Amino acid sequence: ISFCLNEAKTEGKSELIPSIKFRHSCLLRNQRCIAAYLYDRLLRIRALRWEYGSVLPTAIRFHMCAEEMEWFNQYKKSLATYMRSLGGEEGLDITQDMKPPKSLYIQVRCLKDHGEFEIDDGTVILLKKNSQHFLPRWKCEQLIRQGVLEHVIS
Amino acid sequence: MDLQSYMAVPPGIGMEENFFSLDDILLSHERLPCRTESAFPRLGFLEKSSETRDIPEGTKMEMPLWLAKGLYERKRRVLSVELPKVYREGWRTVFGADPIVVDLHKMGPYYYGLGSQMLHFDSPENPEIANTILQTFIGRFRRTMDSSQNAYNEDTSALVERLDCLERSLFKAGQSGLNSFQLWEKGRSSHLTASSLVINYRKRKIADLQA
Repeated sequence: ISFCLNEAKTEGKSELIPSIKFRHSCLLRNQRCIAAYLYDRLLRIRALRWEYGSVLPTAIRFHMCAEEMEWFNQYKKSLATYMRSLGGEEGLDITQDMKPPKSLYIQVRCLKDHGEFEIDDGTVILLKKNSQHFLPRWKCEQLIRQGVLEHVIS
Repeated sequence: MDLQSYMAVPPGIGMEENFFSLDDILLSHERLPCRTESAFPRLGFLEKSSETRDIPEGTKMEMPLWLAKGLYERKRRVLSVELPKVYREGWRTVFGADPIVVDLHKMGPYYYGLGSQMLHFDSPENPEIANTILQTFIGRFRRTMDSSQNAYNEDTSALVERLDCLERSLFKAGQSGLNSFQLWEKGRSSHLTASSLVINYRKRKIADLQA
């Protein structure tokens, strides 16, 4: 822009300067709109890591461009590195226990068929629609957030 | 509790806009009546009525705020911006008399935002404009806060109708706080829920299938 303005001044066409500024304002405006749109997308993608987990469903991945996917992977890595640095030897998963826990085990109902689910002591549970189970809280949290299970309180 | 993983860029405070804020972008799209103080050669095609090649000096046109801000210069060679009606003497006395009654949404949904941005244009009435905006906000704030803290589980459209965008976001914040508090009182704050993104996404997919 300063190059254009200088050229206008030296060639004695300084009356063009208002028009140059006009066009420049329009270009800046377009740039701002595009940048804000892309930034908003990134904010939503970041939210997906917290709300949905580290593996995104294919339908959502389909709507993301390659650079956004790359950004998501980098963000995942940064988050994982950070989590490992907390809480001593094994690190602390801060994406768990988003709401204050009241008990170790919770009652859940299955909202859709999800197949087999293995818990820590080796038993395999079949998650069929409308079946109810009494399961450890930490294994279910992510499935509840994803809408597969429903937390039931009596 | 409402888990907020997605926080949109908020609008700027006072006379500054936030570059990435979608609210500020929408706000700066509002049109203002202006008068060109210098000619704009070769841009005649933008003026719908004229057939000339240039926009001559002294043309009255409507420009969006972002363009007016971009072209405006203190030395006043380029553009002069007229104050919209709402910020002028007449309306200022109305606001002084009783701010609560006015329908701010109709007066331009971004009354406070646009008013703050108008201060960039060095009008001699700037101190009065700034003061009016401030006093209006102070006058209306109590009502907004009270209504947002007492409307639980009911249709709030009548309350929100006459608020401008800044007041609406305050109202929403108040409601969110109230709802969270009620959930906690009922002992449901440890109830795990599906994420709102997932629920919305699923609703949209079913709508697609039905289409």
